[in-house]
Amino acid sequence: MKDRAMNIGEKKDVFAELHDVWVRYNVKWILKSIYLKCYEGEILGIVGPNGGGKSTLLKVILGLVRPEKGSVQLFGRMPDKRGGLEVGYLPQISHADRSFPVTVLDVVLMGLYGRTGFFKRPGRSAKEIAMNMLSRINMADHAKESFGTLSGGQQQRVNVARALVSKPKLLVLDEPSTGIDTVAQEEFYELLAEFRDELGISVIMVSHDIGVITAHADSVACLNTQLHYHGEPDLCFKPEVMEKIYGKNLKVMIHDSRCVTCYKRHEDHD
Amino acid sequence: MIEILNLEFMRNAFMAGIMLSPVLAVVSFFVVLRRFSFIGVGVAHSAFGGVALGSLLGISPTLTALGFSVAVANGISYIGRQGKLSTDTAIGIFFALAMALGVIFIGMSDQYNVDLFGYLFGNILAITNQDLITIAVLGGMVLVSIFLFFKELLFVAFDSEVASVSGMPVAFLDHFFMTLLALSVVISIKIVGIVLVSSLLVIPGATAFQITNRYISMIVVSIAVSLAATIGGLLISYYADLASGATIVILASIIFFIAFTVGRFRKGRKI
Repeated sequence: MKDRAMNIGEKKDVFAELHDVWVRYNVKWILKSIYLKCYEGEILGIVGPNGGGKSTLLKVILGLVRPEKGSVQLFGRMPDKRGGLEVGYLPQISHADRSFPVTVLDVVLMGLYGRTGFFKRPGRSAKEIAMNMLSRINMADHAKESFGTLSGGQQQRVNVARALVSKPKLLVLDEPSTGIDTVAQEEFYELLAEFRDELGISVIMVSHDIGVITAHADSVACLNTQLHYHGEPDLCFKPEVMEKIYGKNLKVMIHDSRCVTCYKRHEDHD
Repeated sequence: MIEILNLEFMRNAFMAGIMLSPVLAVVSFFVVLRRFSFIGVGVAHSAFGGVALGSLLGISPTLTALGFSVAVANGISYIGRQGKLSTDTAIGIFFALAMALGVIFIGMSDQYNVDLFGYLFGNILAITNQDLITIAVLGGMVLVSIFLFFKELLFVAFDSEVASVSGMPVAFLDHFFMTLLALSVVISIKIVGIVLVSSLLVIPGATAFQITNRYISMIVVSIAVSLAATIGGLLISYYADLASGATIVILASIIFFIAFTVGRFRKGRKI
């Protein structure tokens, strides 16, 4: 995946751009002065500790949370004025009730509701598109089953199918590996890369697992209220860069431990 | 059976019940899925303030009840949307405010012939032809509106955040549904009463939820439960000389408990 990484800064369209974004809940600032760009075809990973504002940042990008200050643009427009089809979203925790009376196919079809338009039901062609999407994720056999009877990993794949079925230009994933095992994770990221190569979509994903992000992202942002780095993943975790950001008093160890060290420094900041 | 239909008030009650059943059933489908049961209670009680104002001003209590209920339903939704207070808190405030206003209005009114008890617990004797027309028109509006926006309402009920990202106008749909809920409450007051109407906004959907796992079958079962409870309740109340609103609600509850038991057996120990 890495060798396909885009050279950031070349003549790629900017899909999402945040300019000096500030967000607070009551008196606590969740995000401070965030500058971020996500380019066409880029997989942008955002890491950081719990409570560091990762999910909030995604919600700002999606227009679900309005920043106190600063501007957000999706495809050059305000996020809440974009119509919806261009963005697919996989929330961290689905708010969906497990016993909600819908089938797997119904859930994927929901991804096409915005295109179907008001006062209409999804027709045969919508169902075909949804079934094709289910075949892609090997869930076609489950199409008629109740969504609630699926395992967590299967539900997540169906949610991804719903996010992708309208062929969005940008896919936003909040902790996509939560609740799925390692094998399912690998499959999931392979699927993601496939869609990226096929549709040229950008992906913004958030994870507390730095290993996952460095393995699959083209560029990485490290977020703990403020955005600490934005660049290529390898560069991000080189000792000299880490030193620049966090000072000399920092031990860089292997993958996951580096993540721990990074978190520790974040806490020291607070 | 035939002799009942010779009585005009029973004919009117049956017609009202048959028209209201699908409306309440479809609304209860969403009330149950969105966990809005207590909103139904709050909106229904707020109608009391409206009824009292109507009788104070000498205008149609249905009209003023509509105003109160629609305003309160949207007020609850608006406050819930702002995020700082829970919907629950908003209901608690509006509920009490509207009831308190109702008490004041009744105190100010020098009319003592207002059938308060009838408004609170239902009075099928009071269902006029005018009421039947109101039920037909407003009930029809509710059903058509839900039919037209069904897929959007379903998506929002399933996952409102993802629905919003997918371009569904979530805020509009929430207020829209609240307004439909308020309309359904007001047109049902005469048959089951302010205090009991919220149960018919919950029980049909809740019953169907126990025994089905597809939304279409859930709606069908919900309508069947609603019809059975209303028609059965009216019949029982006539022959046993019981209060009809209360009988309908008790019958609906019995159907719910049967479905709950059946559902437990069918789903096994899974839940």
